Amino acid sequence: MDLHKISETCGWQDLTEGMQIYQGGTSAQFPTGEWTAVKPEFIEADCTQCLLCVPVCPDSAIPVKDKKRGDFDYKHCKGCGICVNACHAGAIKMEGVK
Amino acid sequence: MGKRDRLSGNEAVAIAMRQINPDVMPAFPITPSTEIPQYFSSFVANGQVDTEFIPVESEHSAMSAAIGAEAAGARTLTATSSCGMALMWEELYVAASNRLPIAMALVNRALSGPININCDHSDSMGARDAGWIQIYAENNQEAYDNFIQAYPIAENAKVRLPIMICQDGFITSHAVENIELLDDGDVRAFVGDYNPQHYLLNKQETMAVGPYAVSSYYMEAKKQHANAMAEVKQVALDVAKEFAKISGREYGLFEEYRLDDADFALVIIGSAAGTAKDAVDALREKGVKAGLLKIRLFRPFPAEEIAQALAHVKAVAIMDRAESLSSQGGPLGAEVMAALYRARSQALAVNYIYGLGGRDVRVDQIEDVFGQLEKDAAAGQIADAYRYLGLRA
Ligand code: SF4
Ligand code: SF4
Repeated sequence: MDLHKISETCGWQDLTEGMQIYQGGTSAQFPTGEWTAVKPEFIEADCTQCLLCVPVCPDSAIPVKDKKRGDFDYKHCKGCGICVNACHAGAIKMEGVK
Repeated sequence: MGKRDRLSGNEAVAIAMRQINPDVMPAFPITPSTEIPQYFSSFVANGQVDTEFIPVESEHSAMSAAIGAEAAGARTLTATSSCGMALMWEELYVAASNRLPIAMALVNRALSGPININCDHSDSMGARDAGWIQIYAENNQEAYDNFIQAYPIAENAKVRLPIMICQDGFITSHAVENIELLDDGDVRAFVGDYNPQHYLLNKQETMAVGPYAVSSYYMEAKKQHANAMAEVKQVALDVAKEFAKISGREYGLFEEYRLDDADFALVIIGSAAGTAKDAVDALREKGVKAGLLKIRLFRPFPAEEIAQALAHVKAVAIMDRAESLSSQGGPLGAEVMAALYRARSQALAVNYIYGLGGRDVRVDQIEDVFGQLEKDAAAGQIADAYRYLGLRA
């Protein structure tokens, strides 16, 4: 399926039935991180690489490579602050979240 | 060949479900639901079907589970009634907009309040804009026959929409009638296997169901849905033709009863059509040219065909077993009158509200409606197009 055939300029006949998307991982193409005004900050020096923050993120916005987390994917982080709470090392800081 | 039996409408529909042998049935097992899930779950317990029965904690969950199962690729059905369907409301739209051909056995009963559990059409009429196909039955046989035709209509590639098979609460759900059941094998062959092109459990293709349609997509999605709905009429007729081959029973978009030469006509839905046919017969004996049009397919609404069938009548009474509280009449009245107007019909039209909350409707009352139509036609006008039948005053 060519997702680019579906756009804001295509006619109703060209939409898939029920707006279904026949492709995986397409949410990566939508920068929903734009929706938030607040963002977490990664203090790499304090991080123990325990990776406890990774699975709690509802937006998969904490990338992991070679068993190590990297900086936040701000294109998709919605600023919910859940990761701040999961971190025992104080390596994630965010305005208004303890 | 078929087998003659005596069954309640609930049993008859449950037997149709057994013969179809669906993959999944999520249903809320107690009030306000009907005996249909109860009968069906006994078939599951007895190993007569391969269905996964999910006894959910509410009707909202029943429809949610049905959506998930159908999207996964499972042929799914459910059954409910009245405020049970009202609790499904939000999910009804989701099922339809995602183009999931779920079948629902709906026993029409009043919505509270005031609190009432008896027959009228306020539940399904309220959901008429949810984007489901709606088919109504006059008696137990029709409810059974309609249910067997449900999937071939709903799953048709041009349609792919959920379908509600409606029957009248208590009157054609609990009352026992003679019925002719089809052979299990005939039903199985008629309904066939379910092979959706796209489904979530397909390992060869990843997919997402129900994405967020922002304002730049929502209208196009609705138009596409409306377009699929417009295909239903022809598909329903084609399926009915095939069904006649295995059953000998013929169905259309609606039934015309002594209508071709009628001067005065009634448009009606559901079990009261049986009562009204008796009234038509009695009046014909007296030389009154009375006729009847009984709606089978209400969604989509076969407006042109109805206007065509009523083209020659002098006056028509449209009977609503649901109030819309618009101060103008009921939903059927509004739709039939719109159909007549679009067809530039000259027929006088009046809308009656009757039978709400299980109020009985008698043959003599329907005869009175025809008598009133004769008077209206003689006067050449209808002063009050919104009336109640059988109301104490
Ligand atoms: S929970 Fe904290 S310490 Fe552990 S990986 Fe995440 S940021 Fe690093
Ligand atoms: S703030 Fe929320 S969305 Fe952003 S990375 Fe943390 S858990 Fe994920």
